[in-house]
Amino acid sequence: MAPHAAEAMEGDARRERLRLLALSSPAFLLVLIVLLIPVGWLFFLSFVDKDGFTLSHYARLWQNDAYFEIFRVTFLSSFLVTVLTVVLGYPLAYLLSQLPRRAAIIGLTVVLLPFWTSLLVRTYAWLVLLQRKGLVNSTLMSLGIIDEPLNLVYNMSGVVIGMVHIMLPFMVLPLYATMRSIDPGLMRAAISLGAPRHKAFFTIFAPLSLPGVIAGSLLVFIYCLGFYITPQVLGGGRINLVSMKILENATIYSDWGAASALGVVLLVVTLLLFKAIQIIVPVDRLMGRS
Amino acid sequence: MMDMDSDPTVSHLRRLWLYLYCLAVAIFLLAPILVVIPMSFSPSEFLEFPPSSLSLRWYQSLFNSPEWTGAAIISLKAAVLTVLVATPLGIAAAYGLQYSEMGIAKLVRSALIIPLIVPVIIVAIGVFYLFARLNLVNTLTGLVLAHSVLALPFVIVVVSAGLQRFDINQELVARSLGASRVKAFMTVTLPQIRPSVMSAALFAFITSFDEVVVALFVSRGPSSTLTRKMFTSLRDQVSPAIAAISTILILTTFLLALAALASARGDKQQKS
Repeated sequence: MAPHAAEAMEGDARRERLRLLALSSPAFLLVLIVLLIPVGWLFFLSFVDKDGFTLSHYARLWQNDAYFEIFRVTFLSSFLVTVLTVVLGYPLAYLLSQLPRRAAIIGLTVVLLPFWTSLLVRTYAWLVLLQRKGLVNSTLMSLGIIDEPLNLVYNMSGVVIGMVHIMLPFMVLPLYATMRSIDPGLMRAAISLGAPRHKAFFTIFAPLSLPGVIAGSLLVFIYCLGFYITPQVLGGGRINLVSMKILENATIYSDWGAASALGVVLLVVTLLLFKAIQIIVPVDRLMGRS
Repeated sequence: MMDMDSDPTVSHLRRLWLYLYCLAVAIFLLAPILVVIPMSFSPSEFLEFPPSSLSLRWYQSLFNSPEWTGAAIISLKAAVLTVLVATPLGIAAAYGLQYSEMGIAKLVRSALIIPLIVPVIIVAIGVFYLFARLNLVNTLTGLVLAHSVLALPFVIVVVSAGLQRFDINQELVARSLGASRVKAFMTVTLPQIRPSVMSAALFAFITSFDEVVVALFVSRGPSSTLTRKMFTSLRDQVSPAIAAISTILILTTFLLALAALASARGDKQQKS
């Protein structure tokens, strides 16, 4: 009797687990049909032309100097934005992590307010601010810092300024989460044992905050690689990134092979970098909800 | 030396550069929002800051333009429908994956997070390629399906976090006392994860409402969303009308965020 009962119970548990798993099937089917299958399809398209299997789409990416330039500009702008978000975000996250919680929440609101504001609205605002007769130029001129208005928009600087603004919260939030979790007792102990403040900071705090810096940087870099809206508006068509070329190939030339090959390269780089983040910090913590 | 370190006034003074630097960063973060709002009340054809006088001219022209109001209605419809699709699907998936101890659950969960990782431009061309074959381009259905896929990861991550703080034994007790599975979930579990569900719904709404890239491909002409129409008009001109729309959008998100905060706080007070 007993073994049978145990078997029955095991069967029940198994059925229960299956039933629970089935609850995720509507969501999974939606993602499968709307995202996974079409992306798989694009992957397939990147390897075929009218004569069958081919690597010509990829060969073109490799041989054509125009594509090389697009990749160069994409990586360069993403890299610049990442470095600048660290430079701007690290001290801010540090200060917030040292404040009492209540004050830190007010500070975090300053970071979250733009984060919640429509991306297009912020892009538009920078377009307005950075014009030749815009507020940034007129302020700098009235302060006597410059004599001639600077060309701040429809070029690389406009693209980078706008992207840094959009990406900064993505850097500050994981940095803040990491820094909050560092035991303040460690710094106090080092200082009470005679270490100068800056030395305690560089030998204790900085290394412990490094996972946050790496995770934030990878996150920002990944987002920048595929960024379309902000660089398109602030670059005014003069800065060509991978995302713009994909769109152009797909919609203007209907060249799905070329668009797909570019997309596959972008996707593979993105996924590899994302894997790297996951090794350092799990994805749920990156969302700032740790 | 040690006395100086523990003296808070010295430490504040020493940190002065840090405070000033962070103030500059905060100004950088807030400047765009703070500049756009006053500009939208300018009576001038051109953008001016600060405006020479106040006027609601641009708001009037917006509300009198069937193109803009039409686009706003499409955006609202799409966002509400995305909430209605993505939230229940996401809750069911988060719940099922949380408690199903099968090995494959982890894999399914990763698959559901993928839309967050794949660059939106790739999602967009994939969706466009698929919808062109299913005659779903320029339809509300297509747009909602695509936006729901983009919103699902947010819903799942937020609701899973809520479920982690919930003790499932409460639901099991309700069921052992005779409640059906659905009833136990609705009356015991759901009320306790309500704050997570609310913020998940809010995320879904904003994901759809704010989305541009997918809309660029699949909602054209008369079925343009508000953000898509804004994007195309940004390429032609920098009109103060856009500042007016921007102000409305900023205030809307601000109110939504406040509402979410208030509801979270209300829940906390109820519990204590």
